[in-house]
This record gives sequence, C-alpha cells and structure tokens, in this order.
Amino acid sequence: MRMMTSDEDLATAAAHGDGAAFASLLERHYDRLFAFCFRLTGARAEAEDLTQDICAALPAKLASYQRRAKVTTWLYRVAVNAAHDRRRKRATYTKATDGWGDWENNRTAAMKDTNEQIDWLTAAMNQLNTDLRDTLALVLDDMTHAQAADILGVSEGTISWRISEAKKALRAIKEKEDVA
Amino acid sequence: MSDLDDLKAMMDDATPKPDAARRAENLALAQKNFQDLQGSREQPRPTSATEAKGLWTGVTTMLKTFTGKAALTTTTALVAAGFLVMTPQGQDLLRPPTSPEITRTEFDGTAKSSQIESEPLFADEIGSDMLVQEAPSDFVGEVIQAPQPTPNPETLPRVTSPANEPVAPPAPPRPTIAQQPTPSTTSPASDLEMAETTAPDAAAALGLSLEDQQRFRSQSSGTQRILLDSMSNQSPRDASRLSNGNAIHPGAMFSGGGAPQADIVAAPTPNTEAFANDDTNPLKITSEDPVSTFSIDVDTAAYSVVRSSLSRGQLPPAGAVRIEELINYFPYDYPAPDAGDAPFRPTVSTFQTPWNADTQLVHIALQGEMPALDDRPPLNLVFLIDTSGSMNDPAKLPLLKQSFRLMLDQLRPEDEVAIVEYAGSAGQVLAPTAASERTTILNAIQSLGAGGSTNGQGGLQQAYAVAEGMKEDGQVNRIILATDGDFNVGISNPDALKDFIADKRDTGTYLSVLGFGRGNLDDATMQALAQNGNGTAAYIDTLSEAQKVLVDQLTGALFPIAGDVKVQVEFNPAQIAEYRLIGYETRALNREDFNNDKVDAGELGAGHSVTAIYEITPVGSPAQLSDPLRYAPNTVAASSDELGYVKLRYKEPGEDISQLIETPIIGESIPGTEANFAAAIAGFGQLLRDDSYLGDWGYDEAITLANANRGEDPFGYRTEAVQLMRLAQSLSR
Repeated sequence: MRMMTSDEDLATAAAHGDGAAFASLLERHYDRLFAFCFRLTGARAEAEDLTQDICAALPAKLASYQRRAKVTTWLYRVAVNAAHDRRRKRATYTKATDGWGDWENNRTAAMKDTNEQIDWLTAAMNQLNTDLRDTLALVLDDMTHAQAADILGVSEGTISWRISEAKKALRAIKEKEDVA
Repeated sequence: MSDLDDLKAMMDDATPKPDAARRAENLALAQKNFQDLQGSREQPRPTSATEAKGLWTGVTTMLKTFTGKAALTTTTALVAAGFLVMTPQGQDLLRPPTSPEITRTEFDGTAKSSQIESEPLFADEIGSDMLVQEAPSDFVGEVIQAPQPTPNPETLPRVTSPANEPVAPPAPPRPTIAQQPTPSTTSPASDLEMAETTAPDAAAALGLSLEDQQRFRSQSSGTQRILLDSMSNQSPRDASRLSNGNAIHPGAMFSGGGAPQADIVAAPTPNTEAFANDDTNPLKITSEDPVSTFSIDVDTAAYSVVRSSLSRGQLPPAGAVRIEELINYFPYDYPAPDAGDAPFRPTVSTFQTPWNADTQLVHIALQGEMPALDDRPPLNLVFLIDTSGSMNDPAKLPLLKQSFRLMLDQLRPEDEVAIVEYAGSAGQVLAPTAASERTTILNAIQSLGAGGSTNGQGGLQQAYAVAEGMKEDGQVNRIILATDGDFNVGISNPDALKDFIADKRDTGTYLSVLGFGRGNLDDATMQALAQNGNGTAAYIDTLSEAQKVLVDQLTGALFPIAGDVKVQVEFNPAQIAEYRLIGYETRALNREDFNNDKVDAGELGAGHSVTAIYEITPVGSPAQLSDPLRYAPNTVAASSDELGYVKLRYKEPGEDISQLIETPIIGESIPGTEANFAAAIAGFGQLLRDDSYLGDWGYDEAITLANANRGEDPFGYRTEAVQLMRLAQSLSR
C-alpha cells in the first residue's frame, strides 16, 4: 500500500504527523534530491552538506506543503531555497574569513575536486551565476520549463531566456578553454 | 555541447552516488527533527483557554448544542412569513388570483372561519360513504383559543373521505379584523413532523404566552399542520384557517385605514401524507466517530411512492425519498452464498465516486440465498385488510383486491389463508382456509367493501390472534396488512404502535405492510409497523408493482432467511478521513446495539439482496470537508492498509442468538454493472432529496450512468428507473 501511495498522499500524511509516511517519502526521494543538490553546487561534499541542511529543515517545511503542488516540485523549491541560504551563509562566512581562510577554503575545495576528477562541466557550471545554474540544474533534471518556472517563482519565458544564456555562457567557456 | 541532451548526459555521468553513510545519517536526522516537531506539536499550549476547532467541528457543535433546531426552523419560517406579509411582493404571492375561496378539504367540517358558525355546513355534500366523526377527546384540549372577539371553532369534527374533491363553501368567509397597530406574522410551517414538535418550543422561544398562540392541530390522522400565529401581545386577532398543508394568512394588513380583509389561500389539493424520514446522514469524521451501525432495510415503499409522485407530474416530497429503499428496490446480481455457508454473502468493494473524483464509494452488498422452492414450508397468511372509508378509491381497495388475486395463484394447496378486515371495528371475514379453496377465498376478497373509520390496532390484534391460532411447527406465519396507513382509532401514534408491534413480533409472526393510494398515505405508520414487526413495507401504486411484490418476488417477501441483520462498519482513521452513509437514516442503530441480540433489526428474505453505500474521503484527499485537528492525538494505526472493517450480525430464522460475519474493506477496484447501477440510484435519490454532496453532478450524469449499467434487466425495472430519472429531470427544471 505504501509503495502504491502517491507522493502527494505521503506528504499530506506526513504533514499531519505520520512519521512512517515521512520516512518513506524521504527514502523515495533522497537520491534524486542529492543528485539535484550536486547539480546546484557542483561539488560532492557541498551536495552532501546541502542535502543534510534540507533533511534537517524538511520536517518544519512540511507545514508549507500544499496538496495541489506535486511533491517533486515542492521538494525542488525547498532545495533551491536551501541552496540560496547556503550560498548567502557562505558569502558571509567568506567575508568574515577573508584572507588566508578563504584561500585555504578554495585550496581544499580544489583539492577535493581534483581528487574526484569532476569534468569541466561542473567546473564550468560553477562559473555561471547562481540563477543560471539553478535553472540549468532543474532543466537538466528533466523538469520542463514550466515546472522550473513554478519552482523558481519566475515566468516560463525567463526560464527559456536563462537556458539560452546558460548555453551561450557554457559555449563561451568551452571556446576559451579550447583556445587555451 | 550545443545540445542540452549532451549536457544532460554529461551531467548524469558526473553526478556521483550519494554517500551511503551520509545518506543514512541525513535520513536519521530528518526523522529525528520530524519526531521532535511532532512532539512539540502534540503539546497544547498551556495558556490556551479555548479549544481549537475547525469550521466543521464548530458548526457541528453549534448545531448539536443549540437548544432547538425547532427554534431555528420557526424563526426562519417567521422571517419568510414576514416577507410574505410585510412586502407588496409577498402579498401578491399570498393573494389568490380570484376572490378568496375556501377549498373544502378533509377537515372542512371544522375549517370554518371565525364568523361562520360551526354547524356542519357541508353535510349534504358529504357522500354517504364518508363518515363524520367526533375527534378524539384529547384533541379538543389542543385547540387553544386566543381571546378574541369572534368565536372560534369549538370542536374539530373530522371528515374522513377520499380527500380529493374540492367543494366551494356557500359563502367565502371574510373575517374582518380590527386594525392592528403592530404587524402580525404567520408562520406556515410546512413540514408537519417538524412543525408538530416545533410549535411549543418555538412559542417558548418567541416568548409568547399560551394565549398568544393560536394553534390548530388536527388529531393524529396524519393531518398535522400547524398554523402558528404569533402576533404582538394583546392584539386581538382573527385567523382563518383552512386545513392541512397550506396555512392561511390570517389577515391584518396595514395599508391605509380601512378594515383589512383576510387574505386566504386555498389549499389546492388537500394532502395528509406523512412520511417517515430523518435528516440526511451527516458527514462523520473517522477519527471522532469511526463506527457506523445500521439495520438492513429491504423495504421498497419509497421507490414506489417516488414513482407514483413522478407519474403524477410532481417531484416527490424530500421526506418520501429513503435512498436505501430506492437502491434496494432493484434485484441485483451479486454473488450468491455457497451451499452450507451463511444464509447470505457479503461482497464489499470500493470504487471511485461518480460525483466526486476525490472520494470513493464503499459498496456493501448482501445477497441472500435462494432456498429450493419445492420444499418450502407451508405458509399461514392472514390478510389484514383496511376497509375504512378512506380506502374507497380506485387506487386502493380495488387495486388491493386485484393484487391479492394475483398473489393467490402463487400459493400452494397446503398453504392457509385467513382474512381479517378492519374499519371502525375489526372482524374476521374468512376463517383459515386452505389455499386450494380458491373460489371461497376469492369470494371473500370480492365481498370487501369500504366504509367507516380505521381501527388499525383492533385489526392488528385480531390478526395476530388468528395467526396464533393457525400456527403449527415448521410453518411460516405472516400477516399481510394492506392499508393506506391512516389509523385513526385506537393506537394511532407511530411510537405507541411500535411498542404494540414489538410485543407481538416475539410470537414469531412476521408482518408485511402493503401501502395503497396517495392523498392520506401514512408512510410513517407503515414504516413503524414494518420495521418493528419483523416485516417489510412495500407500496403498491400500480398492478405491475403488485406483480413485482406479490408474484415475482413473493418468495423473498414471505420467507425470511435471516433475521435481525445488522451492519457495523469501522473505518480506519489512517486511511479514511471522513465518511457518510447514503440513506438508512431511519435505520440507524446505536453502536452498542450491534452486539445486543435484544435489539431488533431488518429481516432478509429469500433471494433478496441488500445494498449499502458509504461515500468515503481518503486521508489527504482534497475533497476532505473538515480540517484535521492540530492537537489531535497522533495514534493513527498507520500500519494497516485496510480502509475499514465490516461486521454483520444475523440470526437464523427463529433463533435468538446472533452470528457474526466479518470482512475487511480493502483498496480500490473497478466497479461492476451492479455496483454502478446502485451508485446511479444513490445519486438519483440524493438529487431528489438533498444534493449538497453532489457538486455539479446532475440528472444527465445519473441517467448516463444508470443507462450504461442496466445489465440484463429481465423485468424492466431498471429501464423504468431511467424513465423516472428523465421525468424527474424535466420536472425539476
């Protein structure tokens, strides 16, 4: 029965305090959520941390779940917002630890990145601005432009524009690298 | 790289698997936070003084605790009447197109306006078969006279007559009324049952003293309409009254200075019908009230009454529509019990509600076994036939005679028949006679003639005595009461009759009630008799209906296979947020009655099927009408996938100890023809009665659904139902 129950039913049950429903809902979506976090952040460690943030905050967020939304849509919105929060926190932190701390951070991050041999794509995505990256992450995760627009709270046209901008930017990066 | 697909493929390759340890950690963290949050939610704030209430709960509580539903009804009626009296538009509505005229009705011996002396003016117009009868003495006390300058009727003699012929009185009464400084309000309480109970409450609520009420109340013949005249204190007033149904605005207009005249609305067709019904079953919240208990109902009277109304071009009164009887009118092809099993077999299915995509119907079907007819026990039948004056109508006694002749052909030589008639007094017309002596029986039936009052109780007493005398081991005793239900001598109050019948049913004699005729059909009495006398009620409006009840389904009507069949359903609050039983309003039982074998319930006849339908709202469905409670305890049994659990109790005929059948309600399935047709009829019944749960679903959809699921329909009943739906659709426009 649980496996047959729709995400929406589970989420509603969870919002009403059904612990088992919440567990199976999260179980179902964890991998997808993590993959999405990775696309948003472009780094494994970051993705793990972001996923953790989301997991920690999700129970409280459940109250905001409206049944008319699909669970995936709602979950992506939560993830995008969590990523924003994290970046903002990171920005503050970076400012506070200006100097060698920042350098140290970058260095360890770079080392990890090298270790995990991420390809240029994630690196390139990291060079995109956050709006473009969020949008691209969503669209690459099989979201339609309409769904992405819904999640990010912008118009569908904006999404289309951002995708073409992202493509343009990626092409530019690629060309630059090819030249180099 | 130019294509997003490439990009996606690259991205997918690049995306790592989540770290298993971190994954478990994060999930655990989420669960912990979840539980913490629940903990804090569960604790009510200590400072909170008021209970949290959802809108639904609030309204329910308000309605429950409100001292008088009656008071509400009356005040609403007063406002409506105020509109009629106080506004020019309202007065136009009240004023008849021609000059005021009184239509003679059943009570016209009494219904004289205040200036007409109370002699029986219409004596010469009353046919010889009509009987003018003094009202029972208790009635006199119920006419409370207001202090007024003009005389009031002293007594209300009652004319029992086929209440269908309007006769104009010699002179239209024109009660004159002293000009009033204050407005008067008349409240035509249209629902007699309601009004009857309402009047004293309402008066009290309005702060009126007894003198300020002028209450006319007919005695218990079923004509119970109330004219409540609530005027300002000390106003002398006059009230002209016509009988039943249409209250008259008693005057007191305040235009200009001239003496205003009473506006009189004539009752077009006097109607003294009383129907047994309760308010539509309310929506129940599973977490508060998970158990629903009722008795089966195999009566079919409501369907025939609905058909009879529709055929006459009127929508049936909502009170006449008992949805379960509409559904159970039809034979269904449910799976029959296997030999050696219980006498009936329950089938429970769940499917999507036709009128609401977000709810489901739980369809509970009981199919009774059809025992081999050849070795059926001999029958002892007592025909108890109402031959009172009111039965003198082509649709009553003559139809009754024809019906019994049809039935006689179905009996076997070893069966016995006795006939008891009752009018003013009861008498045995035919001593117990073997069914093989057909001519004797037919002659006795033919000799019956109508006239006199209706001493139903006397007739019942004699019939039970005769049945007792016919009783032998291994035989089935049954009284078949044929009546228009209008009991006016002896016990006539349905409640008192119930007690009387309940005593008698322990003798093992079954009682079937056949209703005839319209106009003064006392459905409430019939229901009281059949429900309490281990019997069924059917309403015979046409000879084809007689054919159905007394020929085609005679076996089921006469041979019970299970007695006191009770149904109890417990819903799982983890799966079902709300539920609603469709119909069975008059059959509700208390939760504890289910296991109490002393409590009476419906009988199931051979081969009969019974259908009950619940509309359920799954947890989290957008169709949920009530908000979940914020502080409700979190004790949901989430582990069970069952939607609910159905328990059935029945007694083998003649046994005192009940047996139990249990079956869970499981998930959704595709409805079959039979279930779909039952759902269509349930929808039809709600359209006739109260469509507040149906949304946009209307007659078109009901007709389509019923039409598509007529199945084999060998007798054409379902085809007829579709015709009736069409008729109702046209009439409701």
